[in-house]
Amino acid sequence: MMEAAAQERLISVVNEKFEGEIIEAGMVKDFFTLILKREKIVDIIRHLYHHAETQFQYLTTMFAVHYPDQNQIAVVYQLHNLSKNQRIRLKIFLPADNPTTSTLTKVFAAANWMEREAYDFFGVLFQGHPNLKRILNVEDMLIFPMRKEYPLEDQTREDKNDLMFGR
Amino acid sequence: MEASADIAPKVVKEEKQYSYLNLGPTHPATHGIFQNVLKMDGEVIVDSTPTIGYIHRAFEKLAEHRPYNQITPITDRMNYCSSPINNIGWHMTVEKLLSVEIPKRVQYLRVIIMELARITDHLVCNAVIGVDTGALTGFVYLFQQRELVYEIYEEICGARLTTNIGRIGGFERDFSPKAWEKIHKFLKEFPLVLKEFEDLLKRNRIFMDRTIGCGGITAERALNYSFSGVNLRAAGVDYDVRAMNPYSSYEDFDFVIPVGTNGDVYDRFMVRQEEMWQSLSIINQAIKKLPEGPYHAKVPDFYLPPKEEVYNNMEALIYHFKIVMGETDVPKGEVYHCVEGGNGELGFYLISDGGRQPFRLHLRRPCFIFYQAYPEMIKGSMLSDAILTMSSMNVIAGELDA
Repeated sequence: MMEAAAQERLISVVNEKFEGEIIEAGMVKDFFTLILKREKIVDIIRHLYHHAETQFQYLTTMFAVHYPDQNQIAVVYQLHNLSKNQRIRLKIFLPADNPTTSTLTKVFAAANWMEREAYDFFGVLFQGHPNLKRILNVEDMLIFPMRKEYPLEDQTREDKNDLMFGR
Repeated sequence: MEASADIAPKVVKEEKQYSYLNLGPTHPATHGIFQNVLKMDGEVIVDSTPTIGYIHRAFEKLAEHRPYNQITPITDRMNYCSSPINNIGWHMTVEKLLSVEIPKRVQYLRVIIMELARITDHLVCNAVIGVDTGALTGFVYLFQQRELVYEIYEEICGARLTTNIGRIGGFERDFSPKAWEKIHKFLKEFPLVLKEFEDLLKRNRIFMDRTIGCGGITAERALNYSFSGVNLRAAGVDYDVRAMNPYSSYEDFDFVIPVGTNGDVYDRFMVRQEEMWQSLSIINQAIKKLPEGPYHAKVPDFYLPPKEEVYNNMEALIYHFKIVMGETDVPKGEVYHCVEGGNGELGFYLISDGGRQPFRLHLRRPCFIFYQAYPEMIKGSMLSDAILTMSSMNVIAGELDA
């Protein structure tokens, strides 16, 4: 939980260098969330990492969400300042047709596999990533399975017939 | 000049030959399905490429197609050495979304279960470190104790490994006298066994020579790799979710967060060992302070009504039907909840769009995040150290691959 003063301070730290990048800021349940413009996200995270007042030096998690109605893919970053115990969430929205953003691997080594996972399941392209390959799925998969248009089970499969599965 | 050049020994240029070794996917020493292609110079590892995903079961996708109470069994299958922590973490996430007030007694009972699960998790890991250094005795001895904990689970929820313990809102029934008896029996017997196991390895010259300085990582690198849990604490960072963001009344208990200095196998072993003692102390405190009260919160939309009411009461029947058929609408919202799992910060990021299934469930699996540091940690070490490093990191294939 972040106090109102800390929230305002954080917003001003972002605005110091990146005026006009914040689209929306506010509490989502107990988590302070910033929705940002997509272009400078990595620079903003780097700024928050190095700035003496914020020091968000721990990447808790990073993942993508598909919003088919808006035809967008959101990329969510959760950062943690371990010494002050502050957590923030940063969000950017990318067009689902061409979800491209820059890689965070130069700031956080942990982002490597998280980005590969987001690519594997949502097709988000992280420019500058050292090894952007599929990670959990087979490499010759053609789709990005976590996108909402794909059903739970691939309906085109022919190797599962009634004889084997009793249906 | 020319003559001396003749006398000088000729430098024979040797091409360095690296050999490649496939460690896994199903190697008995890796304790799970992991593949690592190792580039080796003799017995020294020069580089390695891990491949994961052999038991990927699409949990995040599955969760988008199931009602909330049916997601609990999925969480079992992540870190299967401490499934109750996963289950309860998931229940708490949903409760956070629904803003349900949980009775104190439930919170304390949950703490008891979660700490028992932590003990089994650490116990398996430390016992396996023993096996990988050549000491099978401790492993066999400690597994008997794990059996006792599994019997406690069995008494509480009927299952042993994939527990599906508790419900959204609390427990399906109160702990039976038999369960309490088993818990007390365990609390009485286990410290002696743990002490004996510790004496076997803690100051053992062979064990210390084998593990100190093996598979180490600095605090800085560990933080950059987003390590959590024991692996981070062994490197010297005192980050524990239980203390930093207390959930389920952890703030009521006194416990110490042990930290290491080198982040090597020995430190991880010792941190785990100390955490087991702390867990025992937390369980004892929880039992001593256990308040009276109901064993579940009032969430009729998610908590199955008692069977006798279902047959005699219209409302109960409706709720029963709705829960079983997965027809409960959940309010819109977005929550992140994390618990201190067996091997790190286990997080659930849940987005609900008001439907009956989650819109998106992201699982922050600690293994998945810290296992990517493995190539860096084993670079320049021997093959046998690589095996030891992996087992001491407590990488669980089920959680890694989701």
